[in-house]
Order: sequence, then C-alpha cells, then structure tokens
Amino acid sequence: MNLLGKLSWSAIPFDQPIIMGASALMVLGIAVVLGGVVLKGYWPYLWREWLTSVDHKHIGVMYLVLAFLMLLRGFSDAIMMRGQQAVAAGGAQGYLPPEHFDQIFSAHGTIMIFFVAMPLVIGLMNFAVPLQLGIRDVAFPTLNSVSLWLTASGILLTNISLAVGEFAKTGWVAYPPLSELQFSPGVGVDYYLWALQISGLGTLLTGINFVTTILKTRAPGMGYMRMPVFCWTALASNLLIVAAFPVMTATFAMLLLDRYLGFHFFTVDAGGNPMMYVNLFWVWGHPEVYILVLPAFGIFSEVTATFSGKPLFGYRSMVGATMAICVLSYTVWLHHFFTMGASASVNAFFGVTSMIIAVPTGVKIFNWLFTMYGGRVRFTAPILWTIGFMVTFVLGGLTGVLLALPPVDFQVHNSLFLVAHFHHVIIPGVVFGAFAGYAYWFPKAFGFKLDERWGRRSFWCWFIGFHLAFMPIYVVGLKGMTRRMQHYDNLDWQPWLLVAAVGTVVILAGIVCQIVQLAVSIRNREQYRDLTGDPWNGRTLEWSTASPPPSWNFSLLPRVGERDAYWHAKQRARATQNYPASVEEYEPIEMPRNSAIGFVTAFFAVVTGFALIWHIWWMAALGVFGAFVTLLVFAFREEEEVEIPAEQIARFDQAH
Amino acid sequence: MRYRVLAGALIGAATLGGCSEGVLDPKGPIAAAERLILFNSTGIMLAIVIPTILATLGVAFWFRSSNRRARYMPDFEYSGRLEILVWSIPIMTVLLVGGVAWVGSHDLDPRKPISTAVDPVRVQVVSLDWKWLFIYPNHGIASVNKLTVPVGTPVSFELTSSGVMNSFWVPQLAGQIYTMAGMVTRLHLQADHPGTYRGSSANYSGAGFADMHFDVEALPAESFAQWVDATRSAGPLLDAQAYAELTKPSSAVAPFTYRSVAADLFNGILISGISPSDPSRLTHQTSQGAEK
Repeated sequence: MNLLGKLSWSAIPFDQPIIMGASALMVLGIAVVLGGVVLKGYWPYLWREWLTSVDHKHIGVMYLVLAFLMLLRGFSDAIMMRGQQAVAAGGAQGYLPPEHFDQIFSAHGTIMIFFVAMPLVIGLMNFAVPLQLGIRDVAFPTLNSVSLWLTASGILLTNISLAVGEFAKTGWVAYPPLSELQFSPGVGVDYYLWALQISGLGTLLTGINFVTTILKTRAPGMGYMRMPVFCWTALASNLLIVAAFPVMTATFAMLLLDRYLGFHFFTVDAGGNPMMYVNLFWVWGHPEVYILVLPAFGIFSEVTATFSGKPLFGYRSMVGATMAICVLSYTVWLHHFFTMGASASVNAFFGVTSMIIAVPTGVKIFNWLFTMYGGRVRFTAPILWTIGFMVTFVLGGLTGVLLALPPVDFQVHNSLFLVAHFHHVIIPGVVFGAFAGYAYWFPKAFGFKLDERWGRRSFWCWFIGFHLAFMPIYVVGLKGMTRRMQHYDNLDWQPWLLVAAVGTVVILAGIVCQIVQLAVSIRNREQYRDLTGDPWNGRTLEWSTASPPPSWNFSLLPRVGERDAYWHAKQRARATQNYPASVEEYEPIEMPRNSAIGFVTAFFAVVTGFALIWHIWWMAALGVFGAFVTLLVFAFREEEEVEIPAEQIARFDQAH
Repeated sequence: MRYRVLAGALIGAATLGGCSEGVLDPKGPIAAAERLILFNSTGIMLAIVIPTILATLGVAFWFRSSNRRARYMPDFEYSGRLEILVWSIPIMTVLLVGGVAWVGSHDLDPRKPISTAVDPVRVQVVSLDWKWLFIYPNHGIASVNKLTVPVGTPVSFELTSSGVMNSFWVPQLAGQIYTMAGMVTRLHLQADHPGTYRGSSANYSGAGFADMHFDVEALPAESFAQWVDATRSAGPLLDAQAYAELTKPSSAVAPFTYRSVAADLFNGILISGISPSDPSRLTHQTSQGAEK
C-alpha cells in the first residue's frame, strides 16, 4: 500500500509552463509576504490582532482581504478564457488545450461564486451588522473565527489544486454523470467537492451565527421595524444560508459517496439518477443567488439614503420585498433546467414563479429612485456604484425574465446569452454592491477615507469594461454560440469575442485603479483622516462610534427610539444644542478572549481535505483527530472572556 | 444617455448581425414562434425598463447636491399612492409576461407534435463522446454528425445519450433539449426552407465538447428521397458491434452514414445506457488526468 495514496511526482504538471509559472508566482508571493512579516517582526502582532482575533470587525476585514485576493485569481482565469476565445476561431486551437481550458472555466465559476462573492458579502456583513445593531460582537464570536478559517481552508485547497494535481473539468456545477468517477477519474472533482464541503460548513456556521445575532442581540429599543435595512437583508440572506447550505452539503456528500464508496445516487447505472443532482444543486443554487444579492441590495439602500440625505423611501415595502424574495427564492429552482424535458405545465409554473421574483426586485429599484427624489445627492464613489448598478441591473433583470420564459430559454439556455445574463446581474448586483460597501465603510474600519479620484476612475473602468465585455457576449449567444467552448468553427463570432476581450482589459484597468486607490489612500491617510467617526453624515448607529471603533464598539450601548437612530440623535442634539455630556458612568466591559481555535481547526481541515482528495487515509484520520482534539481543548478552556476596565474605556472616549 | 445608446446598439447589432444565423434568423415554425415570444416580451419589458433607466439618471442628476433649484425634502419617505404605483408597475408587467410564459410553454412544449397533414419523419438521436448519431428508424439508415431532413415536413425526435449529458440544439429550427443516458427526451421541429443549419451540443460534456457540432441539411422532399436511397446503397452496417466501436471517445469525426441499422438498436442503447461498463472511456480520460 502506498503511504501517499494517489499522490506522486507526476501530479505536478512540470510540462505545463502556464500552470507552473502561475504556481511559482503564487508560492513566491506567499513566501515574500510571510518572509517580510517574520523578518520585520510583525508576526506576533498579526497572530494576536488578526489571525486569532474573534472581533467581528477584524474577521470582516480578513474576509474582504481573502475576497480581493481571490478576485485577482478568478479574474486571471477570466482573462485567459477571453484571450483563448478571441484567438481560437476557425481551425485555430488557441494557446490553451481543452484539459487546461476546461479547468479554467470550472475554477473561474467556483472561485468567483464561493471565494469572491461569498467572502465579500459575508465580510461586509461581519463588519457592519453588529455595529448597525448597536452591539459589541456577534452572538458566537469564536464560531465566527472558525467560519472564516474554514472558508480560508477551502480557498487554500482550491489553490493547491493549481500546482498539485488538477481542478475539476466539469464546469462549476459539476453535473453528473460527467462528475462521476467513470467520466472524471482524476482528483479535480475531489478538490472541488472537498474545498466546497469545508468552506460550505464555514458558511453554514456564519448563517447560524448571524441569524442568532440579528434575532436575539440587538441594542435595547431596536425593534424589528427599527433595524437598518442592511440588517434586514443580512437576516434574509443568513436565513437562506441556514436553509440552503445543508442541501448543498448533502448533495455533495452523495456525490462523494458515489465517487469514493461506489454508491449509485447519481450514476447512470444501477438505479442512480443524475437529474436528482441537478434538482438538488439548484435547490441550493438559486437561493445562493439571493444570499449574495440581498445584502448588496441592503448596501445600496444604506448608500442611497445616506448620500441623498434622506430616509430610505418605503422602508416597509423594502422589508416586505426582501422577505418576499427570501421565500420566493425557493420556488424557482427548476428554471435552471427547463431544457431537461419536464412537462409544459411544470415548466410554465416555474417560469411564472421566477417572474414573480422580478416584482419585489422592481419595487426595490423604484424605492431607491424615490429615495433620491427630493434629496441632495452627493456624487461620491459609493453612490456612483449604486447608480451604475441601478441602470445596469434593470437590463440584466430583463434578460433574466427572458430566460424565465421556457420557450425563449430553450433557445438561449447554455448559450453565451445565459453567461452574459448572469454576469449582468452578479457584477452590478453583487460586485458593485460590495465595492459600494467597501468605499462606504472603509473609513469606519480604518479611520480614513479612500481616495475619491481613483475610486471614480475605477468605477468608470468597471462600468464601461463590463458593457464592452458582456454586450457582445449576448450577441454571440443569440448567434448560437454555446458556453465553455475551447475553440469554435464559426468565424462570424470572432469579432464580437475580440471586443469582449478588450472589455476584459478595461475591467482589468478598473482593478488596477482600485489597487492604486488603496495605495494612494494609505499614503495620504493623514489627509483623509476621519476624526468625527461620521464622515458621510450617516444615519445608522455604526457612525455614532469612533473610526476605527474600539474593540468593544460602543462604550455605552445605544438606546434606540426610532429608525435611523443616529440621524435622529444628531437632529435632537442640534435642536436643543445639548450634546451628550462627556461625563458618563463607564462600567467595565466583558469581551470574548482571542482564540486560535479557528486557525488550528482550519489547519486540520486542510490536512483532512488534502488527504481525502489523494486517498491518504492515515493522514485523513490524523486530520480529523487533530480537529477533534482542538475542539476538546476549546471546550475545556477556563477563561473565555477578558474584562476591559472602565478607565481604559473612559480614556478612549476622551481621546475620540 | 450613454447607456441608452449602448442598449440601442445591442438591439441593433443583435438584429442586424443575427440575420445570417442563430436564434434571430429562424427557418422553421418552432424557432419562429420562439423568436416572436422573445421579441414580444423584450418589447413589453423595455417599455418599463427604458423609462426607469432614464428616470434614475434624471432624478440623480436633478437632485445633485449642487443644484439649489431642486427642492430638498428631507422627510419624504412614504407615499401611499407612490407605493401602489411602485408595486403595480412590476405586477402588471409580470402578469402580462407571465401569461405569455404560460401559453407559450404549452404551445411550444418540445413534446408536442407539430400539427400538419404531412407525416413526420422520425429520427432517433444518440449523443456520444463527442459526436452525434442520427438513426432513421422508418428508413433503416443512420448518419453520424450530419442530420438530413426534408423541407416542410415535421421531424419527430427521440433523444438519448450514451453516457454524459448533452443538449441537442439547432438554433434556426428549434430550441434545445437535453440528452440523458437511460432516458428519452422528445423534440419536434420543422425546416421551411432548404439550406444548411448549424447544430451543436449546448451542454458541456468533456474534452471533445467544442467539436461536437453538426450540420443540418434541409432538402426538398424529392432530394431527401434520393438521399435516403443513396444512403441505403452504400456505407457500413450499424449493429451492436459497430455501435460499441462508435461509442469509443473521439472528436471532430467527419460525417458518414450507415446503410442499414439493426432492428431495435435505439432501445438497446437505452437499456445499455443503464449499465455502461466500457473500460475504453476510462482509459481515455485517465490518460489526461492526474494519474499519468
């Protein structure tokens, strides 16, 4: 028996210069960063303040760092695909052979959904929700750290697959029978499955954590109808996570049983049924869309209200629309496979339910419009992302309703029209939303604003680049080009794909602008410093504390008497000229103690995942045992909280 | 405004550029009906979407903070009348388009035969790694990677797969339908004009997927009859053994025909699809995997 299972030197593709170059670059990058950290003596700080932190703000920032790094990885995949399709026309094969191209589009989809969009959204929720609720942390701070590091484990496994072995060549949906052992005997699908099982567990724990936080631990006086809309959308999103992610975990578990133990859930023989997988995948997959987009809608709501200097128009409608989407998102999954041959009535039913979701979504668009109506709109980067989203998203929604029409779907499903559509909703919806949130909450997180000029440049590059990249994709889709083609015979498609490739380069310029923006802002941080804690004239409670907030968020828990609590507090103070007295009765605050459990558990999760992928059974057992022992140690720890003395709190408040 | 130009350009480009092929240039009644629904519903929605885009830009511009002529209403956060409007616009649009969806789904159900006096031609389709097999059960012939059909005659398809899921799609004639091993899906289409139309697999199925396209040649009835006779007179025989040979993975296979097809081969494929154990597929894919 081989001690290393299926693993051998041949797993590393030494003959593939692109893969080896990318892997070398990645390893070098990690080595340089780690080396720099150790040499400069930052390691203790990094370990104490970040890696073992259970502070929701730090965890949120780390999620965003992960998301931005993986955006670079996922975007390199995009550039390679666009480059390949720009040249591989007629008889040409391009520069990527099928076995490499097929991994790239599978990795692109998986990374962008699970490791960019999810961490962006979860990171922003982590950062903002407890501050908006007026509380000191989430309900289960240590669990929150475990969630983060399990997500990071999934990310690490996916990136290891670049250098050791291969990634799935099945598309990001990994439909059987193609993803079964019979047709995908390599380790690619196993990387996909274990990376998503591990990070999916982290996401589920996040969901449980945030549902509990929002339902049970709001500031005194903050009834449901006084919660900021972002908290409502976060609640809806996390309810969806709690209900949907177990479905994904169970589905992947069944596929794993098929692949590892010869079960027949989704095989074509012995009574298996691949259609079952497709159904279950989208029972998770469609709510997933709303898990991503609802918090982004929340960000747009906060941004529109703040920068218009007005309360959100139709708050109740907005809450109703959010919760309606939350429920309806479970009634539409079949629209992902109208072409599977269900009866006309089944298709029609799911077509109509899919369109019904367009109603609450449309309501939201109009409500944002009326929020700006009668306001004083300040054109900062966050509002640019918001307006860019509104005008782009309505057309993406239009093509979505077209896809919800079964007879039209038969003609455009699986074509590049479909690819254009979902980028047309996810990029403006989720990505623009996250960027708006990033620019909006950045001063709160770090105490200084982001550079406006570079922010604007980045927006215009993204906005123009998006349209250049995806409008031609609609056209070739209507011309009959299907997705996932490594090369194609039809030369008529090529000009459109060339334009799309140019669009991708423009988006790249947008990403470069964002990197420059960050560098410029850090260099000029003194100039952009936010001393007030309220740089945008905000409305919700996160702006009532210092920027950056202390680890305990609020020295005294705010008492909430109405919606937009901080706005009204400011109005009252202005009216009575009576600023809150600075002589407060401070009390010591108990805060959760830092914990390495998340980091250590994640280490064992990576070991276990890697071992299972390569069939190294002893190592898998070791990994599981290690994780178990870690949890035991955690369960028996004696001190779980630290007390922050009242004097320290008083000192902090006087300084700010 | 720039956006509207873009949208206009998209629609213009799609209609002009699409004239030579694809979904927007149908050559048969099914594809034409599907395009009509596409156009109608796009029109209905654009009537809402374009004003919304313009209103968004207009409101944002007029209520910019530097415009002192715009009225500031810091407490305008609710209006019952506006709320009714805000909910009713999308509801009415969806009622309209939802009606289109319901009726269209039933009219254009892929299982529904095309109602006409002409007897349909039956074709049994098998998607293989990575090519298409078309069996003409009534004529006793078969072809690979080229589908020949008579003009003005409905074609009635039964489709299945030898293993991996694919999707049979000829955009100018009808929308797609999945092919799945051990199962039969159905599709009906008709070509109204002679010509050659591009068909392909629309659902990714592995390494040879990009070459999994074929031509559909629509011939006038008498030419079709001649083609059938010519096909019967030459080419190999398709029996279980020849089929087993054909299932071995290969891509970019040049079209060819079989002069005769073993009786009930399609049903045999359906049953064998439930227990495929051809080791040749495994070795082919493993060679490209990590276990070199």
